[in-house]
Amino acid sequence: MDWLNALLQGTLLGGLYALFAAGLSLIFGVMRLVNIAHGDLIVLSAYIALSFGVSLGLNPLAALLLVVPTMALIGYALQRLILNRTMGEDILPPLLVTFGLSVILQNALLMGYSADPQNLQAGAIETASVNLGPLAVGVMPVMVFVTAIGVIAALQWMFYHTALGRAFRATSDRQDVAQLMGLNRAHVFGLAMALSLAVTALAGVFLGIRTAFDPAAGGARLIFGFEAVIIGGLGNLWGTLAGGVILGVAQTLGAKIDPGYQILAGHIVFLIILALRPRGLFPRIDG
Amino acid sequence: MTLTVTRRTRLSTAWLILLVPIVLLLIAAPWWAGRADLRLMGEIALYMSLAVLWNLLAGYAGLVSVGQQAYVGFGGYLFFALTMLAGLHPYAALPLVVLAGAVISAPVAVLIFRLRGAYFAIGTWVVAEVFRLSFAQISSLGGGSGTSLSPDIVRSLADGRDAREAVAWWLALGAAALVIGAVVWLLRSRQGVALTAIRDNELAARSLGIDIWRTKFTVYVVVSGLTALIGALIFLQKLRISPDAAFSANDWTAFVIFIVVIGGIGTLEGPILGTLVFFALRETLADLGTFYLIALGAVAIIIMLFAPRGLWGFLRDRWGLELFPLSRRVSGLAKKEA
Repeated sequence: MDWLNALLQGTLLGGLYALFAAGLSLIFGVMRLVNIAHGDLIVLSAYIALSFGVSLGLNPLAALLLVVPTMALIGYALQRLILNRTMGEDILPPLLVTFGLSVILQNALLMGYSADPQNLQAGAIETASVNLGPLAVGVMPVMVFVTAIGVIAALQWMFYHTALGRAFRATSDRQDVAQLMGLNRAHVFGLAMALSLAVTALAGVFLGIRTAFDPAAGGARLIFGFEAVIIGGLGNLWGTLAGGVILGVAQTLGAKIDPGYQILAGHIVFLIILALRPRGLFPRIDG
Repeated sequence: MTLTVTRRTRLSTAWLILLVPIVLLLIAAPWWAGRADLRLMGEIALYMSLAVLWNLLAGYAGLVSVGQQAYVGFGGYLFFALTMLAGLHPYAALPLVVLAGAVISAPVAVLIFRLRGAYFAIGTWVVAEVFRLSFAQISSLGGGSGTSLSPDIVRSLADGRDAREAVAWWLALGAAALVIGAVVWLLRSRQGVALTAIRDNELAARSLGIDIWRTKFTVYVVVSGLTALIGALIFLQKLRISPDAAFSANDWTAFVIFIVVIGGIGTLEGPILGTLVFFALRETLADLGTFYLIALGAVAIIIMLFAPRGLWGFLRDRWGLELFPLSRRVSGLAKKEA
């Protein structure tokens, strides 16, 4: 029964990882950009929610209404002002610029909030649970998992049924032709980053409610998101959810064997899948 | 009127001649530098080696790794294990560290070469995390809290503290010379020509029949072996190792990337110049603490946006400077036109 419980908790944890990954997957799909600062932006969202909580007395879940648009604005500005200047054939500039950004964010958070671990207090809902036969399921993890499904379904619908999605797909296929057809590439990229960071805001707030975080917590979040993307297959959003679940289950089962193996087990499953299925389980596009 | 192709320029010849007294002066450092200066110089030599090696990976082979701390930490830990657990003399352990670093990097390369571009970069980070978490499980090396090098082993290097500090410096200097020499040799070889071609245009290089995968694989394995050596020397200087210090992404990758970006990526002189600039900044601004790192990140971003070829790239574009005789130049053309 313990194992079944670990399996269930791991699956729900996978929802959080899918939220880490969805933003990464989105910008990679639209502009082939990999944002090394993605994890630090997740942590930044958690800190922004913390500040809204302290200054306005908002519950972190209510603060989402402010954190999501804030992060979207940051994303649009970041893309237009800095990252668009690095887009081109050479992959080195975006990589190194987002890497520099990651170091800046980590240290700025360290200066602003100190290295003490923080967490977001969401009240009674944090500990509420429902009994499913012999298993107790937390309300919060279920909410996160359902949100992940909702976000991915919404992104999928946006990609294939809206004008914005068409613009994203067109730019993804051929940037120069999309430009000729009257799309402003710089603006489309800005919107993609805004959307990516809006999802990141959700991920950051849920992360902060689930566990304690500190300014150095970003690196691991980037890695988990990245592993979920690669396990699921590049360019496949539902695959990313599957990747997140596989990673979450691997970690909770690893922790069941020995707490020291939790993170290691996730990495090893990732490396095994990379060895056996280098393009992931459900690939859509080539890297 | 004949055309001749040469790699030497007047500047590079002057530099190589000048290098002889510089190296002699550096070898004699224990007699003229204080203990603190000697340690700082040792650190500079080791960082310079890491920067030159990372530049070979990222600047020439296009393998942008953010996980080289995997090999720094591996080298450090293996050195501690070979000397303390297997009882080898430190001098015997060092070549084995190079070999082991190269050997373990081969299967890693086969696996992560499946990822491209930026995903390759994050893949290298995952590997470094796997190394860190695995070494943290080894209880005979102190597990998560790490261990110190036993005094017997430190004593076996040389008698007396001054002599040991001198030996540590010569090892660091020797490693830097070995690394720079190896990179010059590699870049002047057939492999180096292939590498430079890949750096300039991968597609064109492939169409000329260069085996891209094998060339990159060779570079990755050589760089990993030498990085492990530098890791061993870093922790020989520190005398203490722990998983977090050994596999620190900030210390062994972030700083190194900033050094190379500021100095000039894709040139041999860039990382050397960058290391000197980095340490000059650090010695003057380190009191600022966290803010220093923010400034460093900002400088790297600004350089990447506005002068992506770095300080040396700027000098080189302007005056065609090159200290090491690496690229071929045709002479005789100008006279012919005249």
